[in-house]
Amino acid sequence: MTNTLLIARKELRTYFGSPIAYVIMAAFLAFTGLLFIDSLSTPFREASLRGFFVGESFGGLLGQTINAAFVLLLLGPVLTMRLLAEESKLGTIELLLTAPVRDFEVVMGKFLAGLAILGMLLVMTLYYPLLLLIFGNPDIGPLIAGYAGLLLLGGLFLAVGLFASSLSTSQIASVVIGLIILLMFWFINQASNFFRGTPEFVFEFVSPRTHFTNFARGIVDTQSIIYYIALTAIFLFFTVRSLETRRWR
Amino acid sequence: MIEVQNLTKYYGDFIAIENVSFEAKRGEVVGFLGPNAAGKTTTMRIITGFMPPSAGTVRVAGYDIQTHSIEARRQVGYLPETTPLYTDISVRDYLDFMGGLRGMAPARRRTRIDYVIQRMRLEEYAHTLIGRLSKGYRQRVGIAQAVLHEPEVLILDEPTIGIDPVQVVETRELIKSLGKEHTVVLSTHILPEVSQICERVVVINEGHIVAVDRPENLSVRLRGTEQVKVEVRGPARDVSARIRRIQGVREVTQRDGASGASVYTLECDPGSNIREELASAIVQQGWGLLGLQAVTMSLEDIFLKLTTHEDEAKPQ
Repeated sequence: MTNTLLIARKELRTYFGSPIAYVIMAAFLAFTGLLFIDSLSTPFREASLRGFFVGESFGGLLGQTINAAFVLLLLGPVLTMRLLAEESKLGTIELLLTAPVRDFEVVMGKFLAGLAILGMLLVMTLYYPLLLLIFGNPDIGPLIAGYAGLLLLGGLFLAVGLFASSLSTSQIASVVIGLIILLMFWFINQASNFFRGTPEFVFEFVSPRTHFTNFARGIVDTQSIIYYIALTAIFLFFTVRSLETRRWR
Repeated sequence: MIEVQNLTKYYGDFIAIENVSFEAKRGEVVGFLGPNAAGKTTTMRIITGFMPPSAGTVRVAGYDIQTHSIEARRQVGYLPETTPLYTDISVRDYLDFMGGLRGMAPARRRTRIDYVIQRMRLEEYAHTLIGRLSKGYRQRVGIAQAVLHEPEVLILDEPTIGIDPVQVVETRELIKSLGKEHTVVLSTHILPEVSQICERVVVINEGHIVAVDRPENLSVRLRGTEQVKVEVRGPARDVSARIRRIQGVREVTQRDGASGASVYTLECDPGSNIREELASAIVQQGWGLLGLQAVTMSLEDIFLKLTTHEDEAKPQ
């Protein structure tokens, strides 16, 4: 645990020692700010963040295609791209893996650092609901559920991004790999349109988008929580395995 | 302290090292010598637990690097080949991080960091981002992190590459002093470095160990004879004849030296140590003894001889 926290702390220091954390924060705030305004620019305004969170039929013009979750999907792999790819590029992985530290401690430390940045990103957007509370009378439940959903979803994106980062020494390549995996998962529920019965259910269930829609509506389903945590754990496990294969290569 | 047994490593079909075995005791500095791609780095990566071997075992301070990896790794300070360092972090923060990973308590970390920063002359740059440092200073940071936690075993892959001559001397002194209480294995291309600081040399070529010995013994073993050079003023033929009568001398060659003297090169049986007898014989004859010297093969010669034997076998 100490090692995990040490690595997380060092990664956070590195994030803020380089421009990347600031750039991502600025980008996230700019995009989500735009989405927030857009989600309120509908003919029937209501004091809610549903349009902001999931867009689709709730949102304004932009929200039809893009929403906060999708912005997070795009930024997640960018946030994690350097975590392991840079270690192998610089060769520092050799010192890290020969220190008396277990592989999963390394992976968890890096993941925690990403999670901390994600937490900061979400905290910085809290002024949107605050504005709603000042100028309207929003339903608190969906707001809290929506943010919890974003945190779970973001955690999953980071785990996938971290896995992608372990596959390559190139940060660009790891962003691309991460995005491909995430986009595939994100849009896979569209495939359910072509099926009836079990496959339809499976394609719906596998997509993180389906589960997130429930959160944004204020429905916190244990099944969805387990889904996110399990899938995140699976990708973190893949990352640990991927680190190990590097040793055996 | 380090026991390496029958280490073999394949990269696909390529054999990087095969049946490498050697030992390093506590308080010993072992030099790892070999041309590029001989398998030095591969061996070191296996000893430090970065890569597992295809076959064979490594024990560090009694712990098997594969079955008791964490315990074994705790005993090791490692400086990899290219001195990999994080660039977006200050020297002090970096050392603090590495010390923490090695399980050092905060108070000890602080005093040790102060010490290594002062020892490696990094005071001025303690709060500089590593990415802004020059190659030489980075190398110092690399050495600083390796010795930070006072490990039982130090593995240094080319520790003096890229630093200025003054620092090279200081670094060698440092390694030597560390070698008194710790076990040091270092690889190098620089041959004088080996004779200066290593008590034992492991010469490796194309993945095989070709010799393990003290640097001075290597020359005797390789030549098969001991060589002595003597400079004498006196009648050349008589001198040669007298020298030949000494027990243990196999062959004498003579060439003219400065101011009427001649230089004789003697090939003697190993371990015969004829110098005393030789000197008194010459003095008794009333000839002028101008110089007397045992010739050791330079490490460059040894190295070439050990690693290029195939070429020698070809007809000239």
